[in-house]
Amino acid sequence: MNDNNFILKAENLHKSYRMGRTQVSVLKGLDLAVKKGEFLAIVGASGSGKSTLLHILGALDRPDKGVVSFKGQNLQQLTNNKLNKFRNAMVGFVFQFYHLLDELNVLENVFLPAMAGKSVLGWITSRAEAKKRAKDLLTQFGLADRVNHKPYQLSGGERQRTAIARALMNQPELLLADEPTGNLDSATGNGILDVFEKLNNNGQTIVMVTHDERIAQRAQRIITLTDGQII
Amino acid sequence: MYKAILAIRYLFKRRISHFSLVAVALCVFVVLVVMTVLSGLTSQFKNNAHLSVGDCIISTKSLVGFAYYEQFLEILDNEKIVEAASPVIKNYAIVKSVTTSSAVPYIERTLKIAGIDPVSHSRVTGFADWLHYNKTDTAKAFEPVYDTNLPGCVMGVGFLFDRDSDGNYLIPEQIPQFEIDVTSFPLTAKGALAKAGTGVVNTKTFAFTDCAQSRISADWQTIYLPFKEAQLLCGMAGAEKRVNAIHIKFKPGVDLPTGCETINALWQNFVTKKAEAAHANLLRKVKVQNWKIYSREMVAVAETQQTMMIFCFAMIGIITVFIVFVVFYMIVCHKTKDIGILKSIGVSNANIKALFLSFAFLVAACGSVIGTLAGWKFLVHINQIEDWLFEHFGFQLFDRTMYAIGDIPNTIDLKVLAGIISVAFLACLAGAFIPSRQAAKLEPVDTLQVNQL
Repeated sequence: MNDNNFILKAENLHKSYRMGRTQVSVLKGLDLAVKKGEFLAIVGASGSGKSTLLHILGALDRPDKGVVSFKGQNLQQLTNNKLNKFRNAMVGFVFQFYHLLDELNVLENVFLPAMAGKSVLGWITSRAEAKKRAKDLLTQFGLADRVNHKPYQLSGGERQRTAIARALMNQPELLLADEPTGNLDSATGNGILDVFEKLNNNGQTIVMVTHDERIAQRAQRIITLTDGQII
Repeated sequence: MYKAILAIRYLFKRRISHFSLVAVALCVFVVLVVMTVLSGLTSQFKNNAHLSVGDCIISTKSLVGFAYYEQFLEILDNEKIVEAASPVIKNYAIVKSVTTSSAVPYIERTLKIAGIDPVSHSRVTGFADWLHYNKTDTAKAFEPVYDTNLPGCVMGVGFLFDRDSDGNYLIPEQIPQFEIDVTSFPLTAKGALAKAGTGVVNTKTFAFTDCAQSRISADWQTIYLPFKEAQLLCGMAGAEKRVNAIHIKFKPGVDLPTGCETINALWQNFVTKKAEAAHANLLRKVKVQNWKIYSREMVAVAETQQTMMIFCFAMIGIITVFIVFVVFYMIVCHKTKDIGILKSIGVSNANIKALFLSFAFLVAACGSVIGTLAGWKFLVHINQIEDWLFEHFGFQLFDRTMYAIGDIPNTIDLKVLAGIISVAFLACLAGAFIPSRQAAKLEPVDTLQVNQL
C-alpha cells in the first residue's frame, strides 16, 4: 500500500519503565500503521502497554527506540515547540477519566484548545468563531443546554461527550481515545461509541485502546497487543 | 488568554488560594500600618531634632566655649546662603525654687542652660513655636509680667507640668508666678573656675516667664535664659566674650551638605586669621556640623529603630515568600492533572510556568489591594480606635504621659507604600517560582497517570 495512505506509522517501538530495581519492557519492537479515516481499536490486557503506545502515538511520551511518524514527519525530530503545536492542532485526546478542568465550564473546556493555540490578540479576533464551533460541537453531542455547567454538574456520559467535543475543537486529523468507555455504564458507553462511529463515518481517524473485546468490535480494525508486540 | 482565565479561576475558586491571598493582604496591612506609624514618629522626631538646632551648628564640646563669635556673626550676616544665625551659651546649672506656685512643683535639680536671644534664636530654630505664653511676641519671652526687676527664664515644659491622656500638658491659663535660683560654675578662658577660692559659683534669681515644648528631650532637661545673663552666669562675658555654639539657618533651597561646607570653609578661614589672637586654641576645638551629625545621639536612636524595623519587615517578607511557596506547592500538587491536560492540548512548559506566575501576580495584586485598603482604613481611624480602647479598656498604644507625641502619625507615604507593594509582588513571584518550574517540568504521562501499563 502507498505510504500516503497512512496518517500514522510506528516502527520498531521500544519503551521500558523502571519499577524499583527492575526494568520492565512495555513495548518490544512494535510496528503499527494507521490509515487515514480508519477507526482502529487496540485491545490488550491490563499492563500490555496499550496506553503507553497511545501516548507515544500522540507525542505525549517518547519511545526509548523506534520512530513514530505522522503524515511522514518523524515526531522525534520535532522541537518541543513544534510538538506542542502538533498536540494542539493535529491530535485530540479522549481519556478514560475525562480530564476536564474543574474551574472552567463546559463551553470553556471545549474551546480551551482553540484558546491555547492562539496569542491574546489572535484569540480576541477568533473568539466568536471558536465559541460558535464549541457550541456547535456541544449541540451535536446533545449538550446545548449544558454549556454553562461545571464538569461536576454533569453525568459521566456528558463529561465524556464534553471531552470528545474538546478533542475535536481544533479539527484534529487524529483522535486518540484511551479507554473512553472504561468509566461508564454499558448504555452510556455505547452512546460514546455511537459518537465515535458517526465521527469516523464523517472521515475522522480514530485510534482507541480498550481492554474490552466487545467494545473493540465497534471499530473497523482490531489489533491485539500482547507482551509488547502486536500479534 | 487561558492563562489569565485559569489564574483568576484558581484564585477565586480554590480555597487554598484564599490563604495565600490573606497571607499577602495581612503582611501588606501590618507592614503598612507599622511602617506608617513608626516612620511618622521617626520623621516627627527627626523634624523636632532639626527644628531644635537649625541647619548648621558651629560648636565646641568644651564648656569654656570660644571667643570672637561676634566677628564671625558679621561674616555670616554677609553670607548669602545664611538666613539667620543665633549664638548660644550652653552649660549646666543647679536650679532651685525660690518662691513656689501651686501650679508647679518644687524644683531642685541640675539642668542644661541655653542662653539665647529669643528673637534671633526663633529665626534659626522653632523656639517661637515652642513657647506657650509668648508665641506671638517672642521678644517678650524673657519679660516677667509681674516683676520687672528680675530677668525671665523659659523652662522646659516636661519638668513643670503633667500631661493628660491625649498627651497635652496641663499648662495653666495664667503664667504661674514663681522664681528660681540658677547656679552655675563660671569658667575662665583657660578652663579654670573663675571664682576659685572665693565664691566658686555664680547664682542669679530668675522669674518664670514661659515654658517651651520642643517635643524632644530638651523639654525635660533645659532652661532657657537671656543670652547676656547666661553669658555672665557662665563666666563668658569677659574681655573676649565667648559662646558655646552658633546655630545657623540656611536660606530656602540651600543644599545642606553644600551649605555646611561653605560655612566650614568660612570658619577655617576665620580660624586661620585669628591664629595669633588670644585664646585662639579655643577656636581650633570648634566643629562645623550639619544638624544630623550634631544631633546624631538623638537621631541615631531613631535611625536604629528604623533599621530594626526594616530588618523585622525583611523577616516578614521572607515569611511571606515561604507561605506563598507552601501554598503554591500545594496548589501545584493539586493541579498536576490540569497541567497534564494543558500539556495534552499543546500548552508549552513556558506557558505552564507563566500560568502559575500569573496566578502569583494576581495573588500579589489582590493581596496588596486588600492589604492597602485595610491598612488605609485602619490608619484613618487609628486615633479614634486608640481613643476607644483608652475609654473602654484604659489601653494606650503610646502612653502620652510618657511619650511626647500627640496623635499617632497616620499619613501614608506613597514611596513607602510603593516599596511595600513591590516587595509583596517580589515575595509572591519568588514564592511561586520554584513550584511553577516544578509544574512546567511535569511530564503529561505522569500527571495524567497514564504510566500505568
